[in-house]
Amino acid sequence: MRNLQSAIFLVSITLLLSLSTSVEAAESSKVFSPTKEAAMIAMTNRAAKNERDPFLSYLLLDRFEISDQSNNPVSWDATAWLGRDNHKLYFKSEGETTSGNTDSQNRLLYSHPVAPFWDVQLGLDYDQTDEYKNQTWATVGLQGLAPYFFETDIYLLANNDNVGIRFDGDIDFLLTQRLILTPRMGFEAYTQNQSRYGLGSGLSSTDIGVRLRYEFSRNFAPYLGIKWQNTYGSTEDFVKQNGGKSSDTSLVAGLRVWF
Amino acid sequence: MKNKFPTKLTRRQFVRGMAVSSIAAAIASYLPTTFASENSEAAVQNANPQVPILQGNQFDLTISEKTVNITGSPARSTVVNDSLSGPTLIWHEGDTVTIRVTNNLSVSSSIHWHGIILPFTMDGVPGFSYEGIAPGETYTYQFTVQQHGTYWYHSHSAYQEQTGLYGAIVILPKQAEPIEYDKDYIVQLSDWSDTPPETIYANLKKSPDYYNYVQRTVADFTNEVKREDLSTAWGKRKMWNQMRMSNRDLSDVSGATYTFLMNGLSPNAHWRAIVNSGQKVRLRFINSSAMTFFDIRIPGLKMTVIAADGNLIQAIEVDEFRIGVAETYDVLVEPDTDSQPYAIFAQAIDRSGFALGSLTNDASILAVPPKMDPVPNLTMIDMGMAMGMDMSKGMDMNKGMNMNKGMDMNMNKGMDMNKGMDMSMKHDTDSVAINFNPKLPQMEVPRKTGYQSTMRASNPQYRLNDPGAGLRDNGRKVLTYADIKNLYATQSMPTPTKELVLHLTGNMERYMWSIDGIPFDEAPPLQFKYGERIRITFINDTMMNHPMHLHGLWSDLETGDENHIPRKHTVVVQPGAKISFRVTMNALGDWPFHCHMLYHMMGMFRRVQIRNM
Repeated sequence: MRNLQSAIFLVSITLLLSLSTSVEAAESSKVFSPTKEAAMIAMTNRAAKNERDPFLSYLLLDRFEISDQSNNPVSWDATAWLGRDNHKLYFKSEGETTSGNTDSQNRLLYSHPVAPFWDVQLGLDYDQTDEYKNQTWATVGLQGLAPYFFETDIYLLANNDNVGIRFDGDIDFLLTQRLILTPRMGFEAYTQNQSRYGLGSGLSSTDIGVRLRYEFSRNFAPYLGIKWQNTYGSTEDFVKQNGGKSSDTSLVAGLRVWF
Repeated sequence: MKNKFPTKLTRRQFVRGMAVSSIAAAIASYLPTTFASENSEAAVQNANPQVPILQGNQFDLTISEKTVNITGSPARSTVVNDSLSGPTLIWHEGDTVTIRVTNNLSVSSSIHWHGIILPFTMDGVPGFSYEGIAPGETYTYQFTVQQHGTYWYHSHSAYQEQTGLYGAIVILPKQAEPIEYDKDYIVQLSDWSDTPPETIYANLKKSPDYYNYVQRTVADFTNEVKREDLSTAWGKRKMWNQMRMSNRDLSDVSGATYTFLMNGLSPNAHWRAIVNSGQKVRLRFINSSAMTFFDIRIPGLKMTVIAADGNLIQAIEVDEFRIGVAETYDVLVEPDTDSQPYAIFAQAIDRSGFALGSLTNDASILAVPPKMDPVPNLTMIDMGMAMGMDMSKGMDMNKGMNMNKGMDMNMNKGMDMNKGMDMSMKHDTDSVAINFNPKLPQMEVPRKTGYQSTMRASNPQYRLNDPGAGLRDNGRKVLTYADIKNLYATQSMPTPTKELVLHLTGNMERYMWSIDGIPFDEAPPLQFKYGERIRITFINDTMMNHPMHLHGLWSDLETGDENHIPRKHTVVVQPGAKISFRVTMNALGDWPFHCHMLYHMMGMFRRVQIRNM
């Protein structure tokens, strides 16, 4: 009688246990029929991707300054982009305007990561100038962060008449958490002389500056600085012919604004 | 504190079936003890009259938007039952609870019960357990409570957890715990920002150090040069500069935008618990923040840690402990409030702010917080580069059990804990050394290299007795994982049959996070057979702490003693470190497995599938 009781007990426990796991299994198959599961996973993955890699827009006015050169030119350096982690469309514009005369370099680029700290960028450069003639280039380059936290842009430009290199780099030194000293260096070089465009072959120009900004917030920082602009070789000749200064040191005051 | 197995239940500990109204409990906590009703002495309290306490086994929760003012400016929040933080839920182990959650937001929402063992359809994760709770709908959760201790709940939809959708859960045990105390308080920590979380994330994507105001400055460098010399100081900087990494990269989002809250109250509002001298107090610390690790201490008062992630551990007395996002720790303290109020001081790991409360015998006498510690510097240890670091200084328990040299640990090499203990406990208290290199068959998982990973820890170590950057050698006794041992014997647990090694990866410069270089949405699910026991090892190839949380299952964490393996639901993997835990895959369904840092989560995430195969 005892054995029968134990046997009944064991059998009922086994039945109960298998019933509970089969209830769980039924639950699982209730929600996860293969098609429903695949659809839910696909939808969840899409939502996750959109959350971790959202479509963003960015606009930085890195420099917006007035200089103490004659006629107090105002110059700017702006970068904007739209896109996601792997694909961005960049628009960059750098230029100067003095009593009605504006010269600017503008580029429209597709940007794609190629290394942890570097993007390759491809597109077009458009030089707009009131003094000379406007010029368009095909552009390929690299944008990123070099060792020692050196922010770097380097582009190779080419069209039917000329090939050029344009380089810009800068580095931030934190004097305090908000007071930041930024030395900056840029140069341009070309293979051809183009008097119509004001560009000379070889090293054409350099632009070196040191700016000290105070970040009231990440988005708003006034600054003071000093810059040295130099032209060389044929470029220097073109500038002098046009009555400009081939080499200039000036003080600047401006705003760095991030929208 | 010795383990005590009670022979009878005392009235002070046994709280069951009492309809504690939130107002009464809150008022009681502010009244002198003589007026307190008999059920308040060990009743769970949050001492915030604005945060209701709900008990029983039927619950109605409503999710809605609310305008709050924490910083002086109004801001939008997502709350439960109109309360930031959400109501404290008190469940009883063994009960079947029914929770009806109504979503009054204009977007989908959800509530996930963090650390609770339940059927996967009750786990509250959209895309895993269900499709989420649509606007206007009510979802009824129902499950049997199979555990007891301190837990919490939060939204698993978008960034709602950041905007206030979280609350505490206390599950009262069926059988009284072998612990005595007079007062019981929840201390729930969180981080609040007036900035919408989508904007916080966008800022991080565009400029990852947007919120970092603890960077090294030129002055730090010149001071180092003064202390040492130019070439030594430069040598130290060189490696970080070449790697383009900052050694002050502690928190992605900081006190620059966060106000740190304790039970929903800012340091200005100052949470307080009224306690008399001689009373033993249980504090249930819950880190419900989105992105903040807190270092907690009560100056002048030692804390005895008795539970981790809801489970009892061997009591250990400490001065300070670090609580990772989503972890919980229960401590006992005995403040002499007649002589002074005591500050419950929870400073953010990057020292950009703190949450603050007081243990006091008078609601108007508040403690003054201490100064924050200096900002920590990450080191080569945190990059996973240091060789053979022996971190076991000053840890008596670990003499003879050096974790970091643990390549071939002999079984039973550990200490004999039986001296002076009741001989009938002999089996339970044996310590058995863990073999940290068990040579199990490895699960194959895809791994990718590329621009989404910037670092690889060249020599990751277990570092179980490393308190972490900012707490090393600070002159205080700080809790480490090596100190956490299950109160009960565990050596009869089955051994794992295979191992899964996962690397936590990321690119801080692009703010991209992943596992093995692959984000969640590009990775195949991790598939397991029902019932199998797996050893999971994380290797952190990044410079940040990642609190890894596996839903629906216990993570049995290898902390050194095979016979006292603690059960956790959230495991912190330190920068450049390695950690291992074991999981029995005994819950059918799809379970999330992810970093609990809210803005890392979407990439550093995997879907775990458990099926009868």
